[in-house]
Amino acid sequence: MFEIFTVDFMQNAFISGIIVSLISGIIGSLIVVNRMVFLAGGIAHTSYGGIGFAVFFGLPIFLGASLFAVLASVLMAFLALKYKERVDTFIGLIWATGMAIGVILIDLTPGYNVDLMSYLFGSILAVETTDIYAMLSVLAIILVIVIFGYRNILAVSYDSEYAHIRGLSVGLLYTLILVASSIGIVMTMKVVGLILVIAMLTIPVFIAEKISNSLAGMMIISGLISTFFTIIGLMVSYSYNLTTGATIILVSVVGMILFLLFNQILQINNKK
Amino acid sequence: MSSKILEIENLTFNYDSVNVLENINLSLNEKDFLAIIGPNGGGKSTLLKLILGILQIKNGKITINGQSPSQQLFHIGYVPQNTNINTSFPIKVIEIVLMGHINEKKPLFGYGKDEIACAMGALAQVGMQEFANAKIGSLSGGQRQRVMIARALCNNPSLLLLDEPTASIDVDGQKQIYELLKELNRYMTIVVVSHDISVTLNYANKVAYINKFLTLHNNISRFSTTPQNGHFCEVELMQMLRGKNV
Repeated sequence: MFEIFTVDFMQNAFISGIIVSLISGIIGSLIVVNRMVFLAGGIAHTSYGGIGFAVFFGLPIFLGASLFAVLASVLMAFLALKYKERVDTFIGLIWATGMAIGVILIDLTPGYNVDLMSYLFGSILAVETTDIYAMLSVLAIILVIVIFGYRNILAVSYDSEYAHIRGLSVGLLYTLILVASSIGIVMTMKVVGLILVIAMLTIPVFIAEKISNSLAGMMIISGLISTFFTIIGLMVSYSYNLTTGATIILVSVVGMILFLLFNQILQINNKK
Repeated sequence: MSSKILEIENLTFNYDSVNVLENINLSLNEKDFLAIIGPNGGGKSTLLKLILGILQIKNGKITINGQSPSQQLFHIGYVPQNTNINTSFPIKVIEIVLMGHINEKKPLFGYGKDEIACAMGALAQVGMQEFANAKIGSLSGGQRQRVMIARALCNNPSLLLLDEPTASIDVDGQKQIYELLKELNRYMTIVVVSHDISVTLNYANKVAYINKFLTLHNNISRFSTTPQNGHFCEVELMQMLRGKNV
């Protein structure tokens, strides 16, 4: 049972899984309370263009994906603030364009035989020590932004009109939240992939939202729940030789269903 | 002699070249209580947004305590519509009230002891101090609106603006809010946008009817309502305001 912790690549997987869970707990909370889930999906898919770009030009994949994700988040923030009513159309457009650029650039890369599955469903078992350093750096950046900007981020997230009246730069803070989210999304994609990233960003937050009475509490609780699901998912996938990213998500879904059932039973008992 | 708190001169505002407000003139003194009434789309909320500096003034002038709205941001308290309050957001009452202190010049991290004391004071003023650590979603509509008023009171504003403060709130809750406003009106100027004319009439000393143009009535004491005459007073006042400036 405990041999799982002695295998080198599994050690890296556990460490990176925990770091990314904490990142997704914080970022997921911001995405959910700001009702940016569709935007987050758009950023994740647009970053595929960055993967193609990195493959074509021989750059590090993380760099290409992050670059596209940050550019997409800035563009989406601008469009969301300027054209509120049509923002979903623009997100869909950017989403599809990013994916198309990625596919075409990978097609054009001579002799390249890319394992698309690792980007679509994650590759946590292939995490290297340098990836862990990158993840730690991203976690540190996000923590600095959230801790030092907490009161302003809270104000903009809760009531952007009032924050504007109080003299806050709502556009700047909104863009900052999206840019931080975009880097967090790229990191989370390493664990569960492009297709499942939204589930990892929202399921633990959905549970945390029910049991926390502050945004900070929600971030901490969802980070811990996400860590729990990731560890269980890793152990199950290792034991039964399953795709890790998909297993983590299924564990999360089962966890969410159990939580809802428990919550429902608790409510019925309280009524009695 | 009481000093001018709010002055609006020859204000005209348009969206896409269609005038929403035209040649608005209004002057409010210390301790005035103005009720703004009028049909939907008549320009009530637009006027509020112009006073708050959310919309840029194109033609005309608005001064608050003799300065532009942007210079007087921290002397204006604002309470949004009850229906716009996000009740699913995980946030404590005290955190919402503390937003009243937020501006770019304050430290980014945490809240000072003086800010927390002030926020608790504002909550006590509206009778909500025991709910400081409650989640906003667990409160009733009337209680939530009291929290929003406490947030607006955080900076000791000289002008308090409220947009439909009693929308979707039961009769008892409405009365409690207006009694609270009456108390606050002893030391600040209040502007309420409302559809509840009969309730508002018992508290306001001025009424403005807005439908692109503004018609102001400065003395409405004779329209004070009772359960028996409320409807007739309302009808009479509306007919007068829709007619001509008095």
